[in-house]
Amino acid sequence: MCKTKTIKSFDIESIRKDFPILKRTVHGNRLVYLDNAATSQKPACVISTINEFYRHHNANVHRGVYQMSEEATARYEEAHRKVAGFINARSYKEIVFTKNATEAINLVAYSWGRANIKSGDVILLTETEHHSNLVPWQLLAEEKGARLEFISVDENGLLDLQNFEKHVDGNLKLVALTHMSNVLGTINPVSSIAEYAHKKGALILVDAAQTVPRCPVDVQEIDCDFMVFSGHKMLAPNGVGALYAKREVLEDMRPFLGGGDMILEVKLRKSKWNELPWKFEAGTPAIAEGIALGTAIDYLKELGMEPINSYESQVVDYAMERMGNIDGIKIYGPPPEQRGSLVSFNLADIHPHDVAAVLDYEGIAIRAGHHCAQPLHDKLGINASARASFYFYNTMEEVDKLVDGLNKVKKVFR
Amino acid sequence: MDDLYREHILEHYRNPRNYGSLNNPDISYTDSNPLCGDEIRIDINLHDNKVEDVRFQGIGCAISKASASMLTEMIEGMCLEEIKGITRDDILDELGITPGPVRLKCALLCLKVLKAGTYGLKGWPGEED
Repeated sequence: MCKTKTIKSFDIESIRKDFPILKRTVHGNRLVYLDNAATSQKPACVISTINEFYRHHNANVHRGVYQMSEEATARYEEAHRKVAGFINARSYKEIVFTKNATEAINLVAYSWGRANIKSGDVILLTETEHHSNLVPWQLLAEEKGARLEFISVDENGLLDLQNFEKHVDGNLKLVALTHMSNVLGTINPVSSIAEYAHKKGALILVDAAQTVPRCPVDVQEIDCDFMVFSGHKMLAPNGVGALYAKREVLEDMRPFLGGGDMILEVKLRKSKWNELPWKFEAGTPAIAEGIALGTAIDYLKELGMEPINSYESQVVDYAMERMGNIDGIKIYGPPPEQRGSLVSFNLADIHPHDVAAVLDYEGIAIRAGHHCAQPLHDKLGINASARASFYFYNTMEEVDKLVDGLNKVKKVFR
Repeated sequence: MDDLYREHILEHYRNPRNYGSLNNPDISYTDSNPLCGDEIRIDINLHDNKVEDVRFQGIGCAISKASASMLTEMIEGMCLEEIKGITRDDILDELGITPGPVRLKCALLCLKVLKAGTYGLKGWPGEED
């Protein structure tokens, strides 16, 4: 579903011109930005959307009858429709805008989890989760006396789907897992895991923070009950993310935050909740950012998710081939066919911080640390790793620069 | 690139002074920088309240290791009162660098371990500056 074979030509130079920041230099060198799993750069049209909103359309949403308020409201609601269309949700009522994926997961833990998880219930996660899809469940499990179980990961970075069921005796209520590991790059078979969850009478939450930006994602095909992702990883500004949830699930859920806009009627001692999705959007939202997420989606759709995915496959294939040839490198995770566009690695016994610092002087931005996945690093038996993560505006030449940079790191620390 | 990886830093990283551990040390303390995976342990033997022997061990980046190596050289023969007076600027002067806020934690980890071990201090005045 995520790995596609159709190759379409990709005018990379023209695409890069859309991203103003790619012109900048760092320590006198042209920026080579390879930390896209952390956050993405923004095309000019997204930046303009923020500007244009505040110059011409700024007003609060859902509150005014005057022209500007109608404009702001229409644009904000349109952004919800765009997100719904982008992931093939049935309706915009199934899209709640949040601050980011992390908040979206916390919303589910708070609004759905607290009402549905009881003592002795089981929440099934994996060993490879980002802290944002782990800590909220730890908090919930502690509060309710529920149990967390984990699908383990093998030495190839793939989930061990044969052996986890024996740990799931008792009441499985929720499966929550990442669609693509932000450390290993592994793309997990979420559709079949959803099938398993539903057979067991459980719901499934998919953390699609790394996949929605770069693969075609279809929530009806996956049949997940919840899906989360962040705007800033997909060309949109910080401060906007989304929770997708099946309508019937959302209807049943208590609100997350209480306040203005999530109500229809308020008396002194009781309130009636607003319709979906506004029931879950309390207070004045990040309006400009939400609208800009819509612009980001327009941009991605114009390029096409299949061409984006194909191009990134080529880049990561090339990166793994060139990096794999560096003496002393250790790459974590599965082979190219089973992974998305990132490569985490260690280089001899050089600390990832030092790798990243030397690369920084060459203008190359990679990430070093545990990438918000400490348990996974414990499983891998390492303290930290370095990670290069690509997006569709990276080039093969940038991969070459990365490799040259890594060879320089080796020289410095020989 | 010279900024962070001056030759003397690399030298201390490749040939750290006082690397290892002590049997039955008078003071032993370990702490880490969980955000990045640096960990330092310092062992000290005292005589007449002065540092007679000091060793450090750890996994970490070049900055954290070089800093620890230089610090152990600095405190040889020092009394505990003098150790209390070591500031972060002393460390940065030894290193000869001005790291940003993220790498600063790497550079100062050894001092944090030393202070906590000798005085049970989790921090020191002005640490947050």
